[in-house]
Amino acid sequence: MSFGNFTPEAFAFGFFTILTLGGAVGVVAAKNLVRGAIWLIVSLFGVAGYFVLLSAPFLAAVQVLVYIGAIGILFTFAVMLTRSMTNLTERFNEQWWLGAAAGVLMFLLITLAVIVPVFGEIEEPTSQIVATTEDLGVALVDGNQYVLPFEVASLLLTAAMIGAIVIARDDE
Amino acid sequence: MVPLWMFLLVGAALFSIGAYGVLARRNAVAILMGVELMLNAVNINLVAFWRFKTPLDMSGQAFAAFVFVVAAAETAVGLAIIIAIYRNRKTVQVEDIDLLRL
Repeated sequence: MSFGNFTPEAFAFGFFTILTLGGAVGVVAAKNLVRGAIWLIVSLFGVAGYFVLLSAPFLAAVQVLVYIGAIGILFTFAVMLTRSMTNLTERFNEQWWLGAAAGVLMFLLITLAVIVPVFGEIEEPTSQIVATTEDLGVALVDGNQYVLPFEVASLLLTAAMIGAIVIARDDE
Repeated sequence: MVPLWMFLLVGAALFSIGAYGVLARRNAVAILMGVELMLNAVNINLVAFWRFKTPLDMSGQAFAAFVFVVAAAETAVGLAIIIAIYRNRKTVQVEDIDLLRL
């Protein structure tokens, strides 16, 4: 892709970048955490857009269903159940500048170590043929591929669900 | 197609913003939101590398799907812990939650 001919795909990429990074900044800077949850949903929606651009439509659908639908609502509930989060006077702790320095340093380190080596090299995917959602479904239940991690994942979800109920339950 | 490094750059930026949120916020719920941003940054990288390098092998997408599962479990348990702490201590500021400190 050159910046000279502006393809619709590049336009979509820019749009999703604004959603993702703008939403992320909104999450980190939000005074009112209800708004923070909304910003989080905006950011996660941008990531779902990336999945569509990368020809992973199933992951995009799961992103919208699980992240925006379930996790976004869960965060909203948690914010509303624990009051005094809607107007935070002191958002950041005393070491916030240290956190900012660590974030900037990490960004520079990742850029230097991962992005500079591939800069300008991998412009196009190795193959225009992409595995479909059906292939993903088969791979997840195939005895030679991911059936064991798949079952462990369902066990983990069950354990987390029961654990969340037990921890959050009022004993009295 | 949009080149690989642009996806990686967005992933790195999202990860760093999330890390700043985790390190600098005082509210436990806001910290969990930062963790979600970091997990999403990892997912962008996984799917981008899958698309550009091994689009016929399912490992990248399957890995991303398992990250979804772990993220959902982490959020459910994490928010349950925060609600339990709020019930007992009436606060969710991480600096006030020092039960394990000597």
